[in-house]
Amino acid sequence: MNWLTNFVRPKIKALVGAKPDVPDNMWHKCPGCGQMLFHRDLEANLNVCTHCDHHLRLPVLKRLASLFDDAAYTRIELPKVPVDPLKFRDRKRYTDRLKEARNKTGEEDAIVVGHGKMSGVDTVIAAFNFEFMGGSMGTAVGEGIVVAAHLAVQQKAPLIVIPASGGARMQESILSLMQMPRTTVALQELSEAGLPYIVLLTDPTTGGVSASFAMLGDIHVAEPGCMIGFAGRRVIEQTVREVLPDGFQTAEYLHEHGMVDMVVSRLDLKQALGNLIHMIMVKKISGNVELITRESIEDHLDQSDEEGDLKVASGPVEQPIPDDPKPKPIKKDDD
Amino acid sequence: MRNFLDFEQPIADLEGKIEELRHLVDDGEVNIADEVGKLQTKANKLLTSTYAKLSPWQKVQVARHQDRPHCIDYVNALIEDFTPLAGDRNFGEDHAIIGGMGRFRGQSCVVLGHEKGNDTESRVKRNFGMARPEGYRKAIRLMELAERFDLPVITFVDTPGAYPGVGAEERGQAEAIARSIEKCLQIKVPLISTIIGEGGSGGAIAIAAADTVMMLEHSVYSVISPEGCASILWRSADEAKTAAETLRLTAQDLKELKVIDTIVTEPVGGAHRDPAGAIQSVAQEIENHLKDHMALDGGTLRSKRREKFLAMGRP
Ligand SMILES: [Zn+2]
Repeated sequence: MNWLTNFVRPKIKALVGAKPDVPDNMWHKCPGCGQMLFHRDLEANLNVCTHCDHHLRLPVLKRLASLFDDAAYTRIELPKVPVDPLKFRDRKRYTDRLKEARNKTGEEDAIVVGHGKMSGVDTVIAAFNFEFMGGSMGTAVGEGIVVAAHLAVQQKAPLIVIPASGGARMQESILSLMQMPRTTVALQELSEAGLPYIVLLTDPTTGGVSASFAMLGDIHVAEPGCMIGFAGRRVIEQTVREVLPDGFQTAEYLHEHGMVDMVVSRLDLKQALGNLIHMIMVKKISGNVELITRESIEDHLDQSDEEGDLKVASGPVEQPIPDDPKPKPIKKDDD
Repeated sequence: MRNFLDFEQPIADLEGKIEELRHLVDDGEVNIADEVGKLQTKANKLLTSTYAKLSPWQKVQVARHQDRPHCIDYVNALIEDFTPLAGDRNFGEDHAIIGGMGRFRGQSCVVLGHEKGNDTESRVKRNFGMARPEGYRKAIRLMELAERFDLPVITFVDTPGAYPGVGAEERGQAEAIARSIEKCLQIKVPLISTIIGEGGSGGAIAIAAADTVMMLEHSVYSVISPEGCASILWRSADEAKTAAETLRLTAQDLKELKVIDTIVTEPVGGAHRDPAGAIQSVAQEIENHLKDHMALDGGTLRSKRREKFLAMGRP
């Protein structure tokens, strides 16, 4: 690791419990191409490498801001769950691990729920905070998903869940396993209310998280290169004793194997997700709307590079619904 | 020849002595029958006291005991006219999960369960009870079939976990498990699950999000194996015993945590000493719970099932 990334800042942060959005240092080394990236450039590009498009992790609050219209959303306060119900202790007490994670992140647990508008449509997002104990799922995370799903049902809003999680939180043992059926029940209520559930898979999505709500979406969108799977690489290697294929368990691999609808660059996610939600929730638009005609698509294809038709096929990036939430006289159908 | 676990050594010694005595010719000097009787009483006492206070790690060993009755033994003993049904209609047939229709005490039902196998050949065929996506997708298919024909579903859980392999990942192991859990929570027919041995993580809950979840007294159920937990949290697989004590994976712990509904008492010395007895105890409990669930209409039953899981970990 570069000496710069090991700068003294983390220690100070641990002491004072500073906010996580203070940059640790000015330069980051891209794990993809090795280039040094200035933190402001990186931030402006949503932590996507400006040289090679490698997607570095995006802090959870920035993630939410990057998706909602005008970066505006209301954060939902989550009910507190019982702390350390099993009195778990490995090499450290679970209560101490929690304290550390809370000091480090300034957050209560590994999930944040917000609601706001996307493409003008009320939307609920539950996003994981990987910085908090690897985004592991215990009862607090389960609670976050349940609250988010209930809120979406109440508001007749779509739900987006953004996992970034190593899986179950072992320190909550069986209670963490039980969050798999628990979150599933909450999502069934959403589904039975006819509301869309979109999963945005980010790095990593594995274990008990991938084997429950993360794979139950109506639509699965994934960030390029992110790791998605059930079992960890090491466990698989030990079991099958063979070399794993190239790109094994990446977003592209899952796309290839039919588990993911589309792989979308972070820079296009706001529009891609916004379009999906808009299409599902606003079933008819009237007024002066630019129609997508066959000619306009073909024009577009002529102009675009050789991958152009793929982009149109996977849809949302190229379609003419602009960033601005209320650009056109779009009328929402009642309800 | 009985297979003894390490901690059963004192019992093994006593039973060995009894066996030796039985083969001695009574020469009249010592009353062999008397001696055998005494030793037998002593052995029984020791067995009872040992099994009354098994540690979590000892329970892990009992739950994995090679002579413990497996899914196939329950099916053979309890399900009349069992008709195996195979395949996920998509990729293949997974022998790690047994599925089919049959009659349980007169009632037509669908049966599902992990099967570990009992010799080298069958263990390989059954993949040691570690299912691949096809297995869970077959389970989904059979649960759907059960709902369509209004048949209750009885499942037997006994798996180290879902199989971690390249093909399994390729074919969507995570999605298959997620959908199987979802199906358990969707069907409007009774679903009763019994953890008969090992309840290994996602591979177990995939067919165990049930109206009644029962555990045999010495079976275990956890989010990760003690070995896996030890190697991650203690950074040493040698700490499996410590991990087992910490994970709260026994039937008694899980009943207290309200994760399971019922504990089925095992014969003295564990289910492997008296498989038929253990199987009948399980059957009796299944029958009782089935009667209760069948008295409810499907919608109410499903709401209650969902409410139960929704409450797990609720503040
Ligand atoms: Zn780069």
